[in-house]
Amino acid sequence: MKQWKDYIAPALLILTGLVLWEVVARIIGLAFILPSPTQVAVKLWDLRSVLLIGHLPATLSVILTGLLLSILLGVGLAVWMNTSKTAEKAFYPILIASQTIPIIALAPIFVLWFGYSIWSKVAVTLLITFFPITVNTFDGLRSSNKELRDLLYTMGATRKDIFFKLDVPSALPHFFSGLKVAVTLSVIGAAIGEWLGAQAGLGYFSRRMMTQFDGAGVFAPIVLLSIVGIVLFLFVNLLEKLAFKWRK
Amino acid sequence: MSKPALQFEKISFTYPPSKGSDEKVIFDNLDFQVNTGEFVCIIGPSGSGKTTLFKLVTGLMQPTIGSILLNGENEEKRLGKVGYMPQQDLLMPWRTIMDNAALPLEIKGIPKKEAQTQVRQLLDEFGLTGVENKYPSDLSGGMRQRVSFLRTVLSGSNVLLLDEPFSSLDAITRLNMQEWLLNQWEKYKSTVLFITHDVDEALFLADRVFVFTEAPIQQFYELKVPLERPRQLKDIHKTKVIELKEYLIDQLRSRVLP
Repeated sequence: MKQWKDYIAPALLILTGLVLWEVVARIIGLAFILPSPTQVAVKLWDLRSVLLIGHLPATLSVILTGLLLSILLGVGLAVWMNTSKTAEKAFYPILIASQTIPIIALAPIFVLWFGYSIWSKVAVTLLITFFPITVNTFDGLRSSNKELRDLLYTMGATRKDIFFKLDVPSALPHFFSGLKVAVTLSVIGAAIGEWLGAQAGLGYFSRRMMTQFDGAGVFAPIVLLSIVGIVLFLFVNLLEKLAFKWRK
Repeated sequence: MSKPALQFEKISFTYPPSKGSDEKVIFDNLDFQVNTGEFVCIIGPSGSGKTTLFKLVTGLMQPTIGSILLNGENEEKRLGKVGYMPQQDLLMPWRTIMDNAALPLEIKGIPKKEAQTQVRQLLDEFGLTGVENKYPSDLSGGMRQRVSFLRTVLSGSNVLLLDEPFSSLDAITRLNMQEWLLNQWEKYKSTVLFITHDVDEALFLADRVFVFTEAPIQQFYELKVPLERPRQLKDIHKTKVIELKEYLIDQLRSRVLP
């Protein structure tokens, strides 16, 4: 277990940052451009029911739907590329190319295609989280020990045995690394999607506050988004710990 | 006399040419046989074809020409019929000792409960009682090799191929493991082929020693170890064994450039 002492340094750093921010914000005194942390905190408290009940569920459903689809498609594609050299040659370059697309520029198109429904946001989330999951899982599947594979063959193993008893367990740690990157990106993806076209959600709310010059109102949902990201990350971490009890 | 456990009949094997290297002939019309219950050590420098021999016997590779007989039968598909113990223990870090040992049974489709019972019956003998629920990273090198050997034995084959199984252990553990292995072998009467770099190890363990010098091999030197069973560690200090050892080392040295 981690000692509480391990958390002293980051906590101090964050505290120092917040104090500095508070001081600078008060000196400048333009809350619509730079609200102070206390103003944001107060805003967050004032808006708690609107944000938590009205907008958080919308954003969460985008994030979770996007992640789920991303895992299904990403793992599926990784497995396919691992079994077929042709699939690998066909998809790998496209996969890389998909990452060079500025997704924020593409998001308005999704709004045109899918309207203000959840799917335009899910599409952005999917596109942004698909890559780390696919690439990591694919690398993981390929990382399985070749000698262990030979040993399994000498025991009379079939390809199915090799896949489930060797490839999958070998790929799991890589999959989790990809998932950790993906969950944090998923929050960004959902927020971008909501910024560009939505009727609810934390990203949408933040943008609406922008048009009203409510600086603290812009920041409050962002703080909440970031908390969502952290919680998701910790959740994946916990899953990983449970899956790798053997790891010391 | 029963049928030989393993027979090579006019085996030739050539690695096909690959990038940067020509084709390489490893075996050329090689004949030999290993009797049932025999302990044979194979000694020779790296690149002399020891590992290739194992890959042929296990069925991971097929000879270019010739046939390989297991227990008197010509077997084309040998995968799953010969027990193989690799140089590194190659235990799966995510599986417990129990699940690692049960792996060959699992692959054969034996129900989990029954497989675990089979493993449990042998744990004591392999000095592994009480660690069945631990992970390989919790065990010492010697213990991991015992798990690996247990897994090989549980493959159920009467021919066991051991590829330098003790080379990564420290000297004392290694001696203990050699003694222990001989005890196990005498108990199970399986046929063992054992690759080693160590002349002492070969002389202590084997009935016969095959000396691989350099590829391509048409026929290798073969010598009988003049020691009775059961053996003791100090037996290898007998004069006739020491003479044999010196002869063996000379044979090997003449082929290996410094």
